[in-house]
Amino acid sequence: MTDRRFPSPFEVEPPEGDIDGWEELYPYSVTFSEGRREYEEARFWFQDSMHWGWAMTPWDSAHLEYAIASLSQFNSRHYRIPPADGIDFRVLYGYPYFSPVGVDPEKIEARVPEFMERAGHYFMNWDDLYANWLVKVKENIDAIDAIDFSPLPEMEDLEVITSGRGIGTGWDIQQQYHQFKDLCLKVWQYHFEFLNLGYAAYLDYFGFCKQAWPTIPDLAIARMVAGVEVDLFKPNEKLKDLAHLAVDSGLARVFDSPDDVAGIAAALGSSDKGKAWQAAWDDAADPWFNFSSGTGFYYFDKTWLDYPEIPYAFVRDYITKIEDGVDISRPIEQVIAERDRIVAEYTDLLLTEEDKETFAGKLGLARTVFPYVENHNFYIEHWTMSRFWRKLRELGAVLAKEGFVSDPQDVVYFRRDELDEVLWDIYSAWAVNAPSAGTTYWPPKIEQRKAWIDSFSKWKAPKALGEPPEVITEPFTIMLWGITSDSVNMWLGSDDEGAGITGMSASPGVAEGPARLVFNADDIGDVLDGEILVAPITAPSWAPVFPKIKACVTDIGGMMSHAAIVCREYGVPAVTGTGFGTDKISNGDMIRVDGSAGTVEILS
Amino acid sequence: MCKQCPVVDWDAAFATIESFGGVPAVGGVMSDLIVWYDRYDREQKPRVGGKNASLGELMMADLPVPPGFAVTVEAYQQIWRNKTLADAVNAELRSIDHGDVRANRATADRIRALIEAEPMAPEVVEAITDSYQALCTFCNVDDLPVAVRSSATAEDLPDASFAGQQDTYLWIHGANAVLAHVRKCWSSLFTDRAIAYRHQMGYLHHNLSMSVGVQKMVDPVCSGVAFTLNPTNGDRSQVCIDASWGLGEAVVSGEVTPDNFLVDKVIKEIVSRKISNKHIEMRLGDDGEVHTVELDPVRANQPCLSDDDLRNVAALARRAEKHYGCPQDVEWAIDRHLPEGFNVLLLQSRPETVWSQKPVSPIASAKDPMASIVSTLLAPMHTKSEEKTEET
Repeated sequence: MTDRRFPSPFEVEPPEGDIDGWEELYPYSVTFSEGRREYEEARFWFQDSMHWGWAMTPWDSAHLEYAIASLSQFNSRHYRIPPADGIDFRVLYGYPYFSPVGVDPEKIEARVPEFMERAGHYFMNWDDLYANWLVKVKENIDAIDAIDFSPLPEMEDLEVITSGRGIGTGWDIQQQYHQFKDLCLKVWQYHFEFLNLGYAAYLDYFGFCKQAWPTIPDLAIARMVAGVEVDLFKPNEKLKDLAHLAVDSGLARVFDSPDDVAGIAAALGSSDKGKAWQAAWDDAADPWFNFSSGTGFYYFDKTWLDYPEIPYAFVRDYITKIEDGVDISRPIEQVIAERDRIVAEYTDLLLTEEDKETFAGKLGLARTVFPYVENHNFYIEHWTMSRFWRKLRELGAVLAKEGFVSDPQDVVYFRRDELDEVLWDIYSAWAVNAPSAGTTYWPPKIEQRKAWIDSFSKWKAPKALGEPPEVITEPFTIMLWGITSDSVNMWLGSDDEGAGITGMSASPGVAEGPARLVFNADDIGDVLDGEILVAPITAPSWAPVFPKIKACVTDIGGMMSHAAIVCREYGVPAVTGTGFGTDKISNGDMIRVDGSAGTVEILS
Repeated sequence: MCKQCPVVDWDAAFATIESFGGVPAVGGVMSDLIVWYDRYDREQKPRVGGKNASLGELMMADLPVPPGFAVTVEAYQQIWRNKTLADAVNAELRSIDHGDVRANRATADRIRALIEAEPMAPEVVEAITDSYQALCTFCNVDDLPVAVRSSATAEDLPDASFAGQQDTYLWIHGANAVLAHVRKCWSSLFTDRAIAYRHQMGYLHHNLSMSVGVQKMVDPVCSGVAFTLNPTNGDRSQVCIDASWGLGEAVVSGEVTPDNFLVDKVIKEIVSRKISNKHIEMRLGDDGEVHTVELDPVRANQPCLSDDDLRNVAALARRAEKHYGCPQDVEWAIDRHLPEGFNVLLLQSRPETVWSQKPVSPIASAKDPMASIVSTLLAPMHTKSEEKTEET
């Protein structure tokens, strides 16, 4: 470790523009503050651009707060992870910074039996608990869908009178909002109910592999565990099926202009085959097209269900491939056979029967926990979050109707606690039948908040803040974020001229081609055949673009990141976790990606 | 006169060998007289001798040795159909006084001269010439340099090679030279030492027979060694490959730092690569002499193995390991003349001795799953820092 350090959170160069008062965007508890300055300056904070790479609006941040508090709670209070309590979190100029909290070394041992009993129960009963988890999560989605954010009526229904209910819709909308917030926190509780245990089991298996075969490539370890029929891959598989159905039904040309959603609907409605295709689409769409074009964490992430032009464009691309005679199917038997071969051959290389038994046990547990690790992303980040954002926009429509905002989408610029006051304002003005304060109070505030977020998005958030740790041993920093002593060193040395671009050898092979930088889902359509995708991170919904690209480079992510998994799936070389790939590479640069060595070279 | 050495009854000795139906070979033809290494099977062992059989065995295990063919004992048998030769050799053998070393050497010389002067049957000449020609065509080289090796066979004798005293001739080129050296291999059954050895052991001369191997001389574009484990940590999932341009001698003598690669045995990934400045190359001249050539910096710093070749070498080493049932230290070469797909050759394979000798114990602390997870959490693997691959 060098003697250099990261900037203090209190001395970071702020974004340009007038940002005085920006802290009001977020709860007072998540900004760096003088009261905790000594504590905060002594710690190491890393930016999580893997999940929250864009400047956050208040509601984007709300999910971050729910998520990280929930993650922490399971470590510290549920399972008593011996060396790890929670992850402390702050928001600085719209970007999240995390600082893992370790356990006092003297107290670790006392937590071991607690952990063994609690985590042991989950490992022993994993399949049942996971089956139950799926039920709980679907119930929660239904509950979010059932939230009623109807505008307040001119007059209560007669039924309210005749039933003697005694309370009205003004009470209801406030109660529904409280419930809505509670359901959101519940989503994140469920999200972390299994996740860290799953990663812990995976890491244990990973560690055994590294002991048994010290030089084994990480991706070999991952391949032995990777699921075959993964829910997270289903949306993409459904699109392939629909592309085949379109070709077989003579409907291929219907999708030539995927942006013309109305035209496509009309064309499909005009024939029996078209109607049958539409029925197949509708059948697949719920739940599988509750699929976000981004991470699902941001209000602007677009859902396939709401923006069918996105999946239509992918269908069109698949149709082109099918017509060119390309086999777009995923050969499941082949994938299984290859996975079995790899496992058998590594097992064969173990020298004792005891090792073979241990390996089988650890691999078995890793495979037990892995469906959750892979699939929770669909159930929470995609399905639940799609429904959440849709419901929040319904609330936004109420605000727009009352003149608090001009666009329902602007609801995201309110803090979650502010919406209690807003609904009170709306309710009481409605009750009194007098002007509300919010119609003049909020619009200028919202404009100012938009301007702040805009400044934040042009700001270059430092990768880390504060005191670099001697060595990173906190298991979840390594497991969840792939941050190691090496990455910290790399960040410290990132100013060095001519430093090469290196990262994780996420998917093997070497490829050369022109770079295409993609910073958000809207640009994904710009990617041309034969280009190399360079992005901060990739999202599962980008899957259909992977058959087009020659290689993939990401700033953030490890062996099990989305880009890594999908690239291995498609046999496309990938280097993930380069830290600065998108800074150093420009659009159109000829680059050489060595996915086996984990290096990227700019050729010209 | 030696009473112990019975009269050689060649016809009787070869009567048991069955004839063999020919099949197409590497451009050449299998026959009673010729067995190609890549078409060898164990039934043919008695007709090709120990050395040829071991080369054939390697081919059967998909461990490609330089291509070539065995001239079977059948060809050798032909010369003894000439009663005059048989009588003359028998007469010489009977004349031997085993106490007189000097005289015996002269007798042996005379016997070998008789054998080498004996004309080959036309079908034998044709079979050997055609096969040599097929080998030349396969390698796309006129007058291909070959090694001509004797490969003695003996019924019920465990030590046929001692009993036969085999000779090997390197850098033979041209059909006539090959024919001449096949005769020399035949006659090498009758060196004074071989005769004396058989006498001492009480072996019958006619129980010995001679097959001859004709095999391409390797001319490596690059060559090196491969360990079927990672020598730095004993990881058996890796093949460690050292490689440099030309002959392996440059590496062995320490004059060149070879390129070094690690290839995963299972998923066939190239786990690490270190490319060195290989400033010289040792190359074979047409005369079979070794020449040292300075390399230009571009070639010197190029990897001397493509990724495909690397995987082929690793696969070859892995097959050797499976064949012999323990970690191997393999010498390999990529031949200049052989066509793609046939040019990765095994030169030698011996057991690895360092890691293989270490006592084996199960990986500690792994047994109890929960305890193991706890220790993993307490000391997680630093996935990135520990497994950094070398940059090229």
